Amino acid sequence: MTTPIPRVMVPGSVTRNEVFTVKAIIQHQMETGLRTDSAGKTIPRKIINQFVCRYGELEVFRADLHEAVSANPFLEFQLLATENGRLEFSWREDGGATYSLFHDIVVT
Amino acid sequence: MTDWTRRQIGGLAGGALLAVAAPHIVRGQGRAKVVVIGGGIGGATVARYLGDMKSIDVILIEPNSTHVTCFFSNLYLAGLRSLASLTFGLETLAEGHGITIIRDRAVAIDPAGRAVELRGGTRLSYDRLVVAPGIAFKFGEIEGYDEAAAKIMPHAWIAGPQSELLRRQLESMDDGGVFVIAAPPNPFRCPPAPYERASLAAYYFKQFKPKSKILILDAKDKFSGQELFQDAWSRHYPGMIEWLPSQFTGAIKAVDVAARSVVTEGETFRAAVANIIPAQKAGLIGEKAGLTDASGWCPVDPVTFESTLQPGIHVVGDSIIGGDMPKSAFSANSQAKACAFAIAASLTGSPQFPPHLFNSCYTFLAPDDAFTNALTFAPEGGRIKTVKMFISKVGESAEVRRRTAHHAVGWYSAFTADVFGGGS
Repeated sequence: MTTPIPRVMVPGSVTRNEVFTVKAIIQHQMETGLRTDSAGKTIPRKIINQFVCRYGELEVFRADLHEAVSANPFLEFQLLATENGRLEFSWREDGGATYSLFHDIVVT
Repeated sequence: MTDWTRRQIGGLAGGALLAVAAPHIVRGQGRAKVVVIGGGIGGATVARYLGDMKSIDVILIEPNSTHVTCFFSNLYLAGLRSLASLTFGLETLAEGHGITIIRDRAVAIDPAGRAVELRGGTRLSYDRLVVAPGIAFKFGEIEGYDEAAAKIMPHAWIAGPQSELLRRQLESMDDGGVFVIAAPPNPFRCPPAPYERASLAAYYFKQFKPKSKILILDAKDKFSGQELFQDAWSRHYPGMIEWLPSQFTGAIKAVDVAARSVVTEGETFRAAVANIIPAQKAGLIGEKAGLTDASGWCPVDPVTFESTLQPGIHVVGDSIIGGDMPKSAFSANSQAKACAFAIAASLTGSPQFPPHLFNSCYTFLAPDDAFTNALTFAPEGGRIKTVKMFISKVGESAEVRRRTAHHAVGWYSAFTADVFGGGS
């Protein structure tokens, strides 16, 4: 029913061996599975259950999310880059769908 | 400067002068006089309720001959209502409720001399003054956003020409454009309204420009009715509305009017149409008259709505520090009634009742899907506190929501009749 919109904020270029901040958010309702509809039927759980960030092949950040996480989960974390590379962000939804974004970082 | 006499009152007042003939002795000097500055929801309501008591002379100062309601103006933006249907003349107040209306702007208040100065040069004395100045914008908090910029990136937060400008821009926007709404920091007029605006703009786009997107850049990390809105957005407008909290963007720092872009700490967003709703403060006359504190809003006694800074001057509506009461038209109306009764009690000795304060709002998610809230408030320890509240829930049936949308239309008619006269 929902169409999640993922978005990240990463600096355009980063300094080698210097920590930088990554922000990631996805528009998602995070249906907990604990609510009922107007007919009293349980609304099935549908949440983003995992977020992963890869730097090339290397997994550099991962978070497992649960029902208590708010709608539009927002994550902020720090990375350190040693060379140019591609960051991949992916959000995994209950049911197996994933939503991904890529961002090339330039190290100076 | 001239002293004001009755002869100088504008033509609108003709009917009113006849209606105030019943004598009532106050302080052995004749009738008490209350001047009301501002013919918006709060000011019009105070004037109307004092006028109906028929024992006090009521003078309403308002430069505009009509008032366009902010509430329901998002329906206009979506093409669902005409602006004319949201526009009310003040004539009924003059003709039917014994109020003298002066078409001018109050430029200064002399609290010690108990007088108001008008732009036209008139000086008006009063026994009690009510100031209902509404809101003003804190231009300058977003770099590059000032009154001139608002002619290109409208705020549309005071209904009227600004609403028309934003409507024209939405109409001429190409399909596939991004409509950016910059939502203001708390406190501001009508907390759910930026998100109602996003909902109804999405409704308009869905029909006529389905590839368009709406991006809300919020100065906050959460907002009023969030769960209800987000549920509705995923049901009605999947993938169309994106909301970014302040913690993600780092909040709006500047606008570039020429480039139609909005600059946040982390990123610059290009907009086909940008609606910048700035941070707010009390209307300017409030500040000039020393009615505001460091917050930019007017502190008041929660029983009488008399300013805690300037005795003899009452303040109602969006410009006050209202405790738990939101800055809404219905709140202003409710405060105005309490204020009118408190003034009448002090000037004429009529009975003083403890104030019963209410708020009732309807918010549209789509033309046939609305939610509502209803709250009661009472003064407690010098502050207005919530007593009871009802709010629509996520998961209500489509039929309940359809009925709520239908009730909203009735609410609008009854409410505006109460404020501008014509009702009982």
